Amino acid sequence: MNDGILKKTPLHDLHITLGARMVPFAGYEMPVQYPLGVMAEHLHTRSQAGLFDVSHMGQLRLYGDNRAKLLETLVTADVQNLPVGATRYTLFTNDNGGILDDLMVTNAGDHLYLVVNAACKDADIAHLRRIFGDDLEVQADAALIALQGPAAAAVMARLAPASTALVFMTSAGVQIGGHDCVLTRAGYTGEDGFEISIAGAQAMDLAALLLQQPEVEAIGLGARDSLRLEAGLCLYGHDIDSTTTPVEAGLPWAISKSRRLGGGFPGAELIQKQLAGGTARKRVGIRPLGRAPVREGAVLSTADGAEIGHITSGGYGPSVAGPVAMGYVTAANSTLGTPLNAIVRGKPLAVEIAALPFVAQNYHRS
Amino acid sequence: MSTVRFSEDHEWIAIDGDIGTVGITDHAQEQLGDIVFVEVPESGRVVAKGEECAVVESVKAASEIYSPVAGEIIEGNATLVDAPETANSDPAGAGWFFKIKLSDPSDLDTLMDESAYNTFVGS
Repeated sequence: MNDGILKKTPLHDLHITLGARMVPFAGYEMPVQYPLGVMAEHLHTRSQAGLFDVSHMGQLRLYGDNRAKLLETLVTADVQNLPVGATRYTLFTNDNGGILDDLMVTNAGDHLYLVVNAACKDADIAHLRRIFGDDLEVQADAALIALQGPAAAAVMARLAPASTALVFMTSAGVQIGGHDCVLTRAGYTGEDGFEISIAGAQAMDLAALLLQQPEVEAIGLGARDSLRLEAGLCLYGHDIDSTTTPVEAGLPWAISKSRRLGGGFPGAELIQKQLAGGTARKRVGIRPLGRAPVREGAVLSTADGAEIGHITSGGYGPSVAGPVAMGYVTAANSTLGTPLNAIVRGKPLAVEIAALPFVAQNYHRS
Repeated sequence: MSTVRFSEDHEWIAIDGDIGTVGITDHAQEQLGDIVFVEVPESGRVVAKGEECAVVESVKAASEIYSPVAGEIIEGNATLVDAPETANSDPAGAGWFFKIKLSDPSDLDTLMDESAYNTFVGS
């Protein structure tokens, strides 16, 4: 990883000024929390609006006449029928039906705009380059800022009146504070909100303008993780990876209807079989019944001690005011309410299968 | 006034005769962030110096608490279990973790005094 030298986002100096605790994450030096602290940052995002620097994520553009058709050979979405201005959550799959990355794809009119995970960025670029060649443009110097929470819409309406026309999973070019931005109504918290793509050189100005709004606080990666966990959203490399399929992961909705029938993406045959016949294991929500958090890696077993799964994400949910987790269990033990034990520090702790998400989604759908 | 000593694992121990009260330092609670769960040892348990004997969890991560001395646990702080955030708000007082009867008072010689600990965390 660049000989151990961490990369910096265009907002790096702002994080330092705000007093953030910086940690290495996916090759970048990123803010894990600000002086407010993870708990208060989480709760502020659920009640007001939080600003997140997610510039470490990969922003890519695909050009070429056949871009939609070509991208469909790699992902599970119906890209060819994606309307201009619409965004889809989709998956890069491998020949075994495993997930190589999860991503957002937007039809930006003259190109497709992709946002991919930071840790998968280099592999994704190589994967796309083989097919797209020079029609793949990596927006290496662009920043990505997320504004999330129930007050995000009011903040954005004040700064970019055109934003009011956007509903969940749509995107448009807008001006904010005199800067050209691409605004997508989406996020990773379960709340209404936006992701704003902007040239790196203008990102400090935009972030300062957003932080001047009374509803907005800067939020670190710590709260980003607890927010997405409560919202039941997968974290790549933890809840999904190249050994889990979209069906096992409970993401069949990320496979467009036409693609379920037509296939044509890597691993389609196996995934179609699983869609029809089910899978041996499933990703589920896990609710610890006591106060102790149950974290990634903990083994799940039945009352008689049989090991039937494991936790892939777990921690404390500030909005739930208790521990929350998700993980994989055998299909036979995946029914809501099934009592299980999670083995934590050698001791069995009572947990049960719970519905995801743990908090109601608050998306602006119409 | 009791003697207070500090470990490199960021525990404090206040000594009164052969009884020590153990907690985490202000520096430790600040590094951990919002504490949401605490597990304290049961009375009667005999622990070695450096043995894992309590757990503290923040929103993000779990950490172990090691006994800075050998001895027998005489009390775990039940109040802390019910209100784990006390370890953030009053780490040197109401946020204590457990009381221990020392089996070897010379264990204290290996610990730091307050000024040495302040130098340790400052470095």
